[in-house]
Amino acid sequence: MIKLENVNKVYRTERVETLALENINLDVAPGEFVSVMGPSGCGKSTLLNLIGLLDAPTKGKLSIENTAINGSGDRKLARFRNEKLGFVFQSFHLVPDLKVVDNVEIPLLYRKMSGGERRKLAQQALDRVGLASRVHHFPTQLSGGQQQRAAIARAIVGKPRILLADEPTGNLDSAMGEEIMSILHDLNQNDGTTIVMVTHDERFARRTDRIVRLFDGRQVA
Amino acid sequence: MRTNFKLALKILGRRKFFTFISLFGISLTLVVLMVATAVLDNLFAPREPEQNFDRVLGVYRVSLRGKEATETMNPGFKFLDSYVRPLPGIEAFGMTSEPTMTATYVGGSRIDVVLRHTDAPFWQITRFRFLEGRHFTKQEDDSGARVAVITDELRGKLFGSGSAIGKTITVQGDNFRVIGVVPAVPDTRQVSWGQMWVPIGSYPSSDYRQQFMGNFIGLVMARSKDDLPRIRAAFDAAAARVPIPDPKMFDTLDVHLDTTFQSFVRPFFKSNAGQGSFLLARAILGILALLFMALPALNLVTINLSRILERSSEIGVRKAFGAPRRSLVSQFVMENIVLTLIGGAIAFGLSAAILASLNASDVFPNVQLDLNLRIFGYGMLMAVAFGLVSGVYPAWRMARMHPVNALRGGAQ
Repeated sequence: MIKLENVNKVYRTERVETLALENINLDVAPGEFVSVMGPSGCGKSTLLNLIGLLDAPTKGKLSIENTAINGSGDRKLARFRNEKLGFVFQSFHLVPDLKVVDNVEIPLLYRKMSGGERRKLAQQALDRVGLASRVHHFPTQLSGGQQQRAAIARAIVGKPRILLADEPTGNLDSAMGEEIMSILHDLNQNDGTTIVMVTHDERFARRTDRIVRLFDGRQVA
Repeated sequence: MRTNFKLALKILGRRKFFTFISLFGISLTLVVLMVATAVLDNLFAPREPEQNFDRVLGVYRVSLRGKEATETMNPGFKFLDSYVRPLPGIEAFGMTSEPTMTATYVGGSRIDVVLRHTDAPFWQITRFRFLEGRHFTKQEDDSGARVAVITDELRGKLFGSGSAIGKTITVQGDNFRVIGVVPAVPDTRQVSWGQMWVPIGSYPSSDYRQQFMGNFIGLVMARSKDDLPRIRAAFDAAAARVPIPDPKMFDTLDVHLDTTFQSFVRPFFKSNAGQGSFLLARAILGILALLFMALPALNLVTINLSRILERSSEIGVRKAFGAPRRSLVSQFVMENIVLTLIGGAIAFGLSAAILASLNASDVFPNVQLDLNLRIFGYGMLMAVAFGLVSGVYPAWRMARMHPVNALRGGAQ
């Protein structure tokens, strides 16, 4: 499903060269729920950004669903992200000027689809995460947990095969964190969605199929 | 497109302060442009009773120049009669005096009257709408008949609401019989403004007929606009052969056939300014308007650029969920265009209201200021163009943002 072979990521500035990831080899199977752990600055988010095609590896091969991604242009990457990937961020990243339902519709704006169809799918996604009653609220009118559920609805509205979650419970208390984790497990088990989740929380990581551990940019487990 | 339009309305509705500031800048600029052009239009554009003036030229000033002296005045009857009336291929030649402030008395009360002396062709060149009666004829002018055309405004002051035809007005010691009434004319109209018009032949003395310089304006009406350059050339050739009065004192005669706009701007140029100078004057006005319009555009660019950081998270999210650069650019440009169009609509309403209240007030007596749809169209076109320009650059900057940086808040 997701395959990284000898992937390196180097960040260069005028003075400094930082090796963020070194020789990463990772194979995520379809329907697998993988968590990525490690101390701050070890390259977890960088790894997720590479898998999410938000950033490109400096060296090595990356393929998703047997499609080699290296060297693809902006338009192709955008289409790939739109069709295959969903993102959940630690700080939700909902657009404050748009209602919840409009936020959820965002991935569908870049597909050929009527407004009515978009609205129907967005409402279904919100229903799935238990936010059917908050459709016309603005993000600021929701609690942290509700905002993250809206963000998950946005991530799954396009029915992507892969969900990438960057510390989805990081900004939430434990009860809300549990809620979010149960939604992710539900998506993984009932829809077969492949999930890669970066987390600091050992409890949540242990409940996934596999833990990938990073240290100083290297894969240690 | 439709989705971007709806999104733009949602975003603008939520960002009320930004929307207000931007709309304020756009609509204020367009309102000033509209009101200014309405006033300029009223001053210079052919309109009642000067609707023929796109094919009318005038001799407004004559200058005699010497080493030690310069004399500038209106042309006199003799000059106009000798050198302008005979111009070949014209449809009509007419004369009017400059307005003279005089007075008449009704029941012991003084009523000020703006008096002009004109000839019969003046009524052919101008197109006054007669509310009652008629204008005077060549025979009446030649015979010095004491007849007069007055405005409805003066009629009201002198005779109340009834008909004025056949009634008598005494000015400058002469009794004039009213034979026609026309609507009042604003004083912004250099040629047709007045309250009472009487035949040139009714001057008590015929001395005016010998004057090279005096207080007349000579009007030449061409058969079509295309004839104007030829008539102008014929006039310039004729003027070059005019014997200069008092050659000991003066050696140069400056006299021109001008449009009303040219007669207005000529004092700002050298006396022998050619057509190029007037094109330059128009170009300067156009450039000033353009610079004026650039203000809200620059304002929008600045505001939009400052919004990049504020909206970087949104850009990051949209990119992450598959927005190609082109979509992002078109979304942000659409926001600007919608903003500009709303600003234009507000400006249209405000301009109409301001012009209506100016028309109703005494700021410009008798003036009918109209919304110039052509200028509004140009203004809107420019506003939309500036909207595009001011939107494209910030949108392009936004769309080029690296998605990871955008999600972090715009840090590069």
